[in-house]
Amino acid sequence: MASILAVDDSASMRKMVTFTLKGAGYEVEEAVDGVDALAKAQAKRFDCIVTDVNMPNKDGITLIRELRSLPDYKYIPMLMLTTESSAEKKQAGKAAGATGWIVKPFDPDQLLKTLNKVLG
Amino acid sequence: MSEELKTKGDNQNRHNKEQVNGVQYLSFTLANEEYGVDILRVQEIRSWEPVSRIPNVPHYEKGVVNLRGSIVPIIDLREKLGIKFTEYTPLTVVVVLQTSDEKKTRTMGVVVDSVSDVITLDKTKIQDAPDFGAKISNEFINGLVSLNDRMVILLDVDKLLKLEETEEQDAGDN
Amino acid sequence: MSIDMSQFHQVFFEECFEGLESMESGLLNLDTGAIDSEVINTIFRGAHSIKGGSGTFGFTDVADFTHIMETLLDEMRDGRRQVTQPAIDVLLGSVDCLRTMLTSIQAEESVDSAAVEKYKTALEIELTGSASEPSTTTPTAATQPAHDNAETVVVVADEDMVEEKGWKIGFCPYLDLLKTGNDPVRMFRELAELGEYSVSVNTNDIPPFSKLDPEECNLSWALEVIGDIPESEIREIFNWVEGDCELDIQSFTKKTAKPASEAKITEPEAPPPVQEIEQPKPAPIAAKAVDSPSAPKPQAAQADNDPSKASAKSAASNSIRVDTTKIDTLINMVGEVVITQSMLSLIGENFTMDKLAQLKRGLAQLERHIRDMQQSVMNIRMVPISFVFSRFPRLVHDISTKLGKKIELKLVGESTEVDKAVVELISDPLVHLIRNSLDHGIEMPAERIAAGKPETGTIELNAYHRGGHIVIEIIDNGRGLNKAKLIAKAVEKGLLDENAVLGDKQAFELIFMPGFSTAESITDISGRGVGMDVVRRNIQSLGGNIEIISELGKGTTISIHLPLTLAIIDGQSVAVGDEIYIVPLVSIKESINITESMLNKIAGKGETYRLRNLYIPIIRMHEIFNVQPTDKANTGEGVIVVVERQGVLCGLFVDELLGPQQVVVKSLETNYRRVQGVSGATILGDGSVALILDIPGLVRYSNR
Repeated sequence: MASILAVDDSASMRKMVTFTLKGAGYEVEEAVDGVDALAKAQAKRFDCIVTDVNMPNKDGITLIRELRSLPDYKYIPMLMLTTESSAEKKQAGKAAGATGWIVKPFDPDQLLKTLNKVLG
Repeated sequence: MSEELKTKGDNQNRHNKEQVNGVQYLSFTLANEEYGVDILRVQEIRSWEPVSRIPNVPHYEKGVVNLRGSIVPIIDLREKLGIKFTEYTPLTVVVVLQTSDEKKTRTMGVVVDSVSDVITLDKTKIQDAPDFGAKISNEFINGLVSLNDRMVILLDVDKLLKLEETEEQDAGDN
Repeated sequence: MSIDMSQFHQVFFEECFEGLESMESGLLNLDTGAIDSEVINTIFRGAHSIKGGSGTFGFTDVADFTHIMETLLDEMRDGRRQVTQPAIDVLLGSVDCLRTMLTSIQAEESVDSAAVEKYKTALEIELTGSASEPSTTTPTAATQPAHDNAETVVVVADEDMVEEKGWKIGFCPYLDLLKTGNDPVRMFRELAELGEYSVSVNTNDIPPFSKLDPEECNLSWALEVIGDIPESEIREIFNWVEGDCELDIQSFTKKTAKPASEAKITEPEAPPPVQEIEQPKPAPIAAKAVDSPSAPKPQAAQADNDPSKASAKSAASNSIRVDTTKIDTLINMVGEVVITQSMLSLIGENFTMDKLAQLKRGLAQLERHIRDMQQSVMNIRMVPISFVFSRFPRLVHDISTKLGKKIELKLVGESTEVDKAVVELISDPLVHLIRNSLDHGIEMPAERIAAGKPETGTIELNAYHRGGHIVIEIIDNGRGLNKAKLIAKAVEKGLLDENAVLGDKQAFELIFMPGFSTAESITDISGRGVGMDVVRRNIQSLGGNIEIISELGKGTTISIHLPLTLAIIDGQSVAVGDEIYIVPLVSIKESINITESMLNKIAGKGETYRLRNLYIPIIRMHEIFNVQPTDKANTGEGVIVVVERQGVLCGLFVDELLGPQQVVVKSLETNYRRVQGVSGATILGDGSVALILDIPGLVRYSNR
């Protein structure tokens, strides 16, 4: 089963995402911010990254940019979780190499549906 | 009268609704008298072990013991009921009971002479304790029942083990 | 898939309260005028997380409210808005309001919607009032209606069409499309789920093999989907690749006279209908501001409830967040214990005396591991004192403003760790002490200048570990305690004899007497019905003590010593007859071997012992606890354990000292009741129970 790295500084969101994804049979690891995520992603290759945008230490967009530059993550889908529905943020994310985004608030079904889109 | 008895029975039997009229009691002896407590309140039966005395409490509160990490008080039932105290022997038994009041549930041990049996009673046969007047307080007694011509005194665990709040408890604090 | 979201609520609430605290402290740090973008970012992130979480977990009111805060903060963050004091005040008020909201929601009580509306309005006025580019403040508000219009067009068009409808899609990705992790094949598959679909691929652009870069996408496709599909669904599939491809989406109908072009969306500039289904409703900001042009009422900026109370409540929750490194350490130790244990059982299986040394070594190792493990387990309960300290900047800010005083608060040693239970219980006494310092300690600016002091007073909160204790100091450079005034007051109140001669320390102790208050008038700041006597008693009940050092005109230092944990104390076990009692080490000043003849009787009853130049009262443990005396007591030999209670020394006469030891405190009240002179019990090495003495209680008891 596909392994997913869930990155969010908010424990409740992280728990929700993890719970939902595990419930759907994915293998999930958690990271609390971009720095943590980068370290974990380098230690192990994930099939998909789901990351919050606004985080301390290293934000989601920087994380995506840095991951995308790694050979292992060249084509790996990376989704941003964002409350910011503004086009600029999405553009910034895309420019950094994000595959797509999920706009908060979302429910577990939406999350799974979106993941199916990239991991189907 | 019978109406009142029935209510009492129901109360006592609130943990045991499956059985319509049968209720189980653990019976034990104190100075040749036979007593019973609701079996559902009995947590375990232990042999007597020395306690750590608690200073300045009623004489029947013998002290506390370590029951798997919890501090549990031990009450001498003879003394509590005003029966003559006897020295503890290797046969002396402590029945560990669960009691509850409005605030919380406690675990306490009571010292009895020996444990006799688990008895099943027909709750409709339980008789109210007669009024002994001032001689004996019957407030701890739930009722009397006859079993093979022996009289068994059924005790109300909660009332029996309600701790008297000593007056001076908080006096110095406020 | 249905998931019970309520299981995440507890974590969510905790996170929110933490977020609010960091927002609050951030906002207070913005006071200076020099804007630190990292601070604003932190505050923004707080609002942002709460908004995201509350939306997800279904607390839309909270999400709506935080959305406005977030918008305001976003502009500040981007430098589009000045950070002004009124704005900070409104934000601070909103933080309180949000905290109240969350507390109510958590307690499943109804939310005070009037208060919420009040702050919402205040925030909105703040937003629209001085926004440099009002149009950019509500991007969502602007896009939403446009999006709705687009939908309407489609629906109307759909109604006109009777027969088979569908979409023709020209999809020509740019070379880099694959590099974002998007995969055309997956997109097509999704398309196929919408309706009957066909695809043709154009391979004309594929370069000769020698020049082929496999990482580039050289293909383009023409797709057709048949079905009554809203355009938004088609667009959604290509949503993520917009900008990375040429996309031409055209609707068509078969077997119908209507020209297809009519149904075509004529709003190319409309933003993509994104997939957010329950986007937080953008507040109708502009409209609100017009409706209520009046300035926010003055009390709008004030907390509707005491913020310190709310945070105290949140701190009292029963769960605890633990740094994972602490857990990891513990797990490592458990591993060590398991290894040692298996080593020991190996020795035991076939034991011969020559393995004795090995056995002893193993046991020693086990003991060490278990001690370490105990330490780490206790460590899990440790939280930084900042949990309490963090509320003080706000408290000081609010109160000093109210009093018209200038006060700077310094926090030192915030990361000092202490047991969670201690943190919860120390909070209220500390609030009281700080209020006192603010109210009575620090002078008004004019008075300070007149005294040749800097206009701004300082209060320093300092926490550090010393021995097995945490020391918390509250140091102010205010007017200090006036000894003469204290004594006069005590005499006036009848608490002290007129002719009493007191040293500094004893005079300062007076403020801890019940019924003593030095303030000329009880203010609403420090006169809250509890006195210093209660503060001291609370601290003592935690096994700690409190001391005052003060110099008139220079300032006052109050230091509180507290045990790091309430679960384990350092104790001295003493023998009284056949019984063993534990005296908390913190209360013991010294121990002296004596014989009975060294005691002096007063009126044939009360006994005293002359400790250097001081006669101290003696409490005979045998008598007070009715212990059967042993032979030793008859010989009149014993030990006096000198203990201190509220600055007064007292001697406990016991048979002998058995030695110091750490004891795990167990409550007597769980199954039993409170006992005079006893604070709890512990289990000794042999499994028996020993009572832990409550020194203040014991002294009170013996005085009766």
